[in-house]
Amino acid sequence: MLRAFSIIVVGALVASLAWAADAVKGPAPGFTLQSRDGNRVSLAEFKGQVVMINFWATWCVPCRQEMPHLEALYQRYNKLGFKLLAVNVENKSDGVKKWLAETPVSFPVLFDTKSEVTKLYKVETMPSTVIVAKDGTMRYVHHGYQAGYENDYQTEVRTLLRE
Amino acid sequence: MANIRIRRAVTSAALAVLVCCVVGGCSIEPWVKPYERDHMADKIMSLDPNPVSSAYIDHVHDAREGARGATGGAGGGCGCN
Amino acid sequence: MKRGIVGLLLLMLASTGVAGVLPEDRADVLLHSYDGGGVTIQGPSLLVRKQFAQKFSVSANYYVDKVSSASIDVITTASPYKEQRTQKSVGFDYLHDRWTMNLGVISSVENDYSAKTFTFGVSQDVFGDLTTISLGYSLGNNEVRRRGDATFHDTVKMQSYRLGLSQILTKNLLVGLSFETITDEGFLNNPYRQVRYADSGSPIGYSYEREIYPRTHTSDAASLRMRYYLPWRAAVSAEYRDYHDTWGIEGGTFEVGYTHPVDRWTFDGKIRSYSQTKGNFYSDLFPRSHYQNFIARDKELSTFSSQSISIGATYDIMKGGWKFIEKGSLNIVFDHFMFDYQDFRDLRTIAATPGTEPLYNFDADVFEFFASFWF
Repeated sequence: MLRAFSIIVVGALVASLAWAADAVKGPAPGFTLQSRDGNRVSLAEFKGQVVMINFWATWCVPCRQEMPHLEALYQRYNKLGFKLLAVNVENKSDGVKKWLAETPVSFPVLFDTKSEVTKLYKVETMPSTVIVAKDGTMRYVHHGYQAGYENDYQTEVRTLLRE
Repeated sequence: MANIRIRRAVTSAALAVLVCCVVGGCSIEPWVKPYERDHMADKIMSLDPNPVSSAYIDHVHDAREGARGATGGAGGGCGCN
Repeated sequence: MKRGIVGLLLLMLASTGVAGVLPEDRADVLLHSYDGGGVTIQGPSLLVRKQFAQKFSVSANYYVDKVSSASIDVITTASPYKEQRTQKSVGFDYLHDRWTMNLGVISSVENDYSAKTFTFGVSQDVFGDLTTISLGYSLGNNEVRRRGDATFHDTVKMQSYRLGLSQILTKNLLVGLSFETITDEGFLNNPYRQVRYADSGSPIGYSYEREIYPRTHTSDAASLRMRYYLPWRAAVSAEYRDYHDTWGIEGGTFEVGYTHPVDRWTFDGKIRSYSQTKGNFYSDLFPRSHYQNFIARDKELSTFSSQSISIGATYDIMKGGWKFIEKGSLNIVFDHFMFDYQDFRDLRTIAATPGTEPLYNFDADVFEFFASFWF
């Protein structure tokens, strides 16, 4: 019994080594989503600006930890041509609106209730952050959030703003 | 005994999984996406929400029953990071 | 098996990816109470866990059992006693990439028994975090003494090997499989317990002598568990465990549970059924003195069943946080056990013919009150 089990475990591990992440390159796929104000927001509106697309959910602990850092980043660089679009991946927006009422953020929050944009961007981790340059190409991708990532975000945003 | 049949079935299944993994080149895509983990991340789906309580009740069982072992469990959750 | 586990470990270490998450920081204070079969046990259990540098999580537990025992064995062969067992443990978790390693030390002391156990475990999330594989090993060294007999001293060495696999099958369904093999060597019985044998010379028809156990014991347990998310926001769980060992005991455990949250409350209900067959060298009444090499009359080795129901309620507090506390909860759990023995007899009743006393059974009530804080 134990032998059979060990075989399954080895198989799973071998398979996991084979499964690799796809690199994110090229132009950022366009999309239009409903924002929390009720307006529809498109990525295309921000061509010429540096855009950070952050995929998050209220049930994801690292996503919630990252929020205050994203807010600080937005406040600092927004007037210099930086836009932050927080794409919420949950199927229902009610719980998200309630959470935002308790933890306000000033950047746009978009609802991807049908997971179309999440699939388009091949999101493989929660949270995921994609930084798009002024020419509309994806330059940096971050999987997950750990303390210190906000410093990397700052460096990358400043580099792209200087282009 | 039923036990032997179950063990044989599990061994065959295990070999089938391994063969599929090695031969198939194994590009199995995770069928539950990381953004579909809202139910798994819910505290009611946690396998061990109160370790101090589960450790105690496991001790109550172990102290009075002949059986022991295989009570732990990890997994599920939000799968973040 | 050991080579297999080392191989698996190396394979897990070779696998890289993005990081996982450590267990949450928390502090729990629990008060427990057991009352059944003439035994009452009460005490606290305190648990604290804290993360450091996003890579380490340290936990510590302090647990006490204050025992007052007038159990069936005690009142038929000895006198009621009181004692205290104190257990302290420290655990250390290290997170690297997708795998978590944990090390722990558990030390338990009572006036006639002390145990020290080292545990080691590794777990890894694979397949897009749908699968969790875990391995564990424990090594324990225990010292056994006997109250009132300063010359008696013996040891027990325990080793445990664990393998776990959990799999998210759908958005709503989680299943887990786990295996554990435990081996003990040394003095494995209770140094006070006695067996009884038919003795026509005795006024009650039987006499007592000390138990003799084998000096080795190996057991295998395998369990399958599942947890399913119900559409109205509730969860149902089920678990089955199969057990057998080299002493001839075969045990099966089956448990089902239901969890239902309502606003700040969460309610849990469980039904558990355990049954086992007796060990090879167990007998309630041996035909004569030293009937065989190994003799035991421990009801834990007899044929019996234990049914229990459990109900629990949790109330969320401090939802908006308070100082450094993020949230908290108050909890109460009540378990009621019913033990029924098929070949262990109640010797408080003197029967005309030994071996015809009524079969023993007892009920036990267990209470837990605990408060948890997350920070």
